[in-house]
Amino acid sequence: MTELLQQLVNGLTLGSLYALIAVGYTVVYGIIQLINFAHGEIFMIGAFGALATWTLLFEGTTALWVLPIMLLGAVIASVTTAVLMERFAYRPLRGAPRLAPLITAIGISVALQEAIRLFYPGAKSKIPFPQIDVVTGPALTFGGVTVQRAAVFTVGALLMSAAFLWWFINRTRSGHGMQAVSEDPDTARLMGVNVDRIIVIAFAIGALLAAIAGLAQGLLNANIDFRMGFLAGLKAFTAAVLGGIGNIMGAVVGGLVLGVAEALAVGFIPGQFGGSAWKDVWAFVLLIVVLVFRPQGILGARVVDRA
Amino acid sequence: MRSHMKFAVPIVVAALALSACGTRGEDSNAGSTGGAKKTVKIGVIAPLSGDLSALGKGIQHSVELAVMQANQENAIPGWEIKVEPVDDEGKADVGKNGATKLAADDQVAGVVGNLNSSVSQQTQPVFAAANIVQISPANTGPSLTRGADGNTRPYKTFFRTCTTDITQGAFAAKFLLDQGIKSVATIHDKKTYGQGLVQYFTEAFKAGGGTIVAAETINPDESNYGPVVSKVAPAKPAAVYYGGEYPQAGPLSQQMKAAGLNVPLMGGDGIFDPTFIQLAGATSNGDLATSVGEPTDKSDAGKKFLADYEAAKFAEPAAAYGGYSYDAAKAIIEGLKVALKDASDVKNQRQAIIDAVGKVSFAGVTGQVAFDEFGDTKVKVISGYKVEDGKWAFVKSENLA
Repeated sequence: MTELLQQLVNGLTLGSLYALIAVGYTVVYGIIQLINFAHGEIFMIGAFGALATWTLLFEGTTALWVLPIMLLGAVIASVTTAVLMERFAYRPLRGAPRLAPLITAIGISVALQEAIRLFYPGAKSKIPFPQIDVVTGPALTFGGVTVQRAAVFTVGALLMSAAFLWWFINRTRSGHGMQAVSEDPDTARLMGVNVDRIIVIAFAIGALLAAIAGLAQGLLNANIDFRMGFLAGLKAFTAAVLGGIGNIMGAVVGGLVLGVAEALAVGFIPGQFGGSAWKDVWAFVLLIVVLVFRPQGILGARVVDRA
Repeated sequence: MRSHMKFAVPIVVAALALSACGTRGEDSNAGSTGGAKKTVKIGVIAPLSGDLSALGKGIQHSVELAVMQANQENAIPGWEIKVEPVDDEGKADVGKNGATKLAADDQVAGVVGNLNSSVSQQTQPVFAAANIVQISPANTGPSLTRGADGNTRPYKTFFRTCTTDITQGAFAAKFLLDQGIKSVATIHDKKTYGQGLVQYFTEAFKAGGGTIVAAETINPDESNYGPVVSKVAPAKPAAVYYGGEYPQAGPLSQQMKAAGLNVPLMGGDGIFDPTFIQLAGATSNGDLATSVGEPTDKSDAGKKFLADYEAAKFAEPAAAYGGYSYDAAKAIIEGLKVALKDASDVKNQRQAIIDAVGKVSFAGVTGQVAFDEFGDTKVKVISGYKVEDGKWAFVKSENLA
């Protein structure tokens, strides 16, 4: 029982990270039907932004009050990159065949990784991430189940982000605009919605959550590297598809389900096909099974299919 | 304006062409005047970028040091030795391309490398086909010299200055058993090195009366090992033995302890690096590692090597394999002394170089450098280290020959 709870805790932690990143894939896809493969790199740049803020301003400090400023640094780095990326790489290709922006996204992903590897000091190998008081340190124990402090931070960040997203989409003018553009961009434009602005907002929201995830992963794993975005991006994309691509709450659910599935596969599948070596296999088996019976994903894709 | 341009363009082009000729001419002059000595190259193939670059750069610079000293002493009269570094990024496919590049160079007499056993598996056949002697300072995978059955030498061109994982695993098992640790969980990264190390450790540990309470693996591309740690923790091991390298071992140690599994992590020479402690953080105190040979600063020859290295002002430290790389380069140079004495070119002497390297015996930084019939070093010294106050501290060493 303890072991089950323990693996659930691990799974929810990992899943929260996937979910935070997956939202970025899903909002952008929901609006312009682009799978932004460079989104994993936005997450990576968020982590590096947080680290750079700490190194430049607070090197050596581990007090809790630096955390919000690190988060701010992460958000600025991620959002700036995402907005510039949209403006200079994707906007000129709007209306081009869908393969063109897809290839561009892969190109940007490689370019951003290499840029960090070459120009961030020490980024050629893993860099230790600062350990901040309260959110890192000795694990908390609840009746035999250990919970890392950074895991509490990660899950908390996901809950707050999900609540913020719900409020933003359903209660603000920009949110209503996003829904309108997602349903029919041409009609939305005729109704006076500034479509370009909505698209920038979608990229910025994805980047905001990715930045939070970047900081959380840094705290959780105590190190970051320039390749961290690749695997995380792949898993988050899987989570977005699992939950129903285009559906924001679907991305959150998909992320959590994927994380828990991986953790349970490590803990409870016995014998030759169990353990950590097979966890990715089981995670993708789950994806295939879900897609066979529910091609629209767990919560269903909310995108209106256009010819 | 237009008519001016008509003339301007050809003039500029002609000027560029002339200046290009000029520089090329000067270069070849410089080459021939300085070419009283013939050139022989020693290749270095190691990860010069990426996660393992700290080790790779140490290998490169140590070879450079040996070559610099040989050139100063005029060790091979009539020949100037040059170092040709190639980056393998720690990856098998990149390493194979790099090896092909070195093998195509007629001036290359020998190669020091690779760092990773899995990369050497791919470069061995390339160098063997070109008949170029290859000495690894760091490959501890036993099958590289002893084949899959443990008794057939696959490539006559391959030698190594470090001992193998069989010795290293046996030492680690004894080291833990001596401390009264009888239950251990093993984790490896599924690479040739990590898997082999865990296998030899497991054999020796069980033979010594210990129990393996859990055997897990991690995916080296990932950075969160929470699920694996939770899988291992309920078995209550008294230590975790990790087969792999420091980029994963450091975070694994940190995450183990953050998750409440407060037992030492032990690994092989792949984790014996200051970066391990940096990544593992303050909770790494008490973690253990084995490394081939004695600490470089324990012997007089080692101290001299480190002092010379310091004096040469290389950008990166010698790291774990500095002494072995220096000895590997020296072994090639010793071989060249014999094989190139009256030779006119390098390429036709390659068989002679291999034969000469196989017979070398000299006092190196890491002990008496000499190779057995498999190309393995005859020195089988292993040392144990422990993290104390953020540094690797030497515990003890033993010769398991």
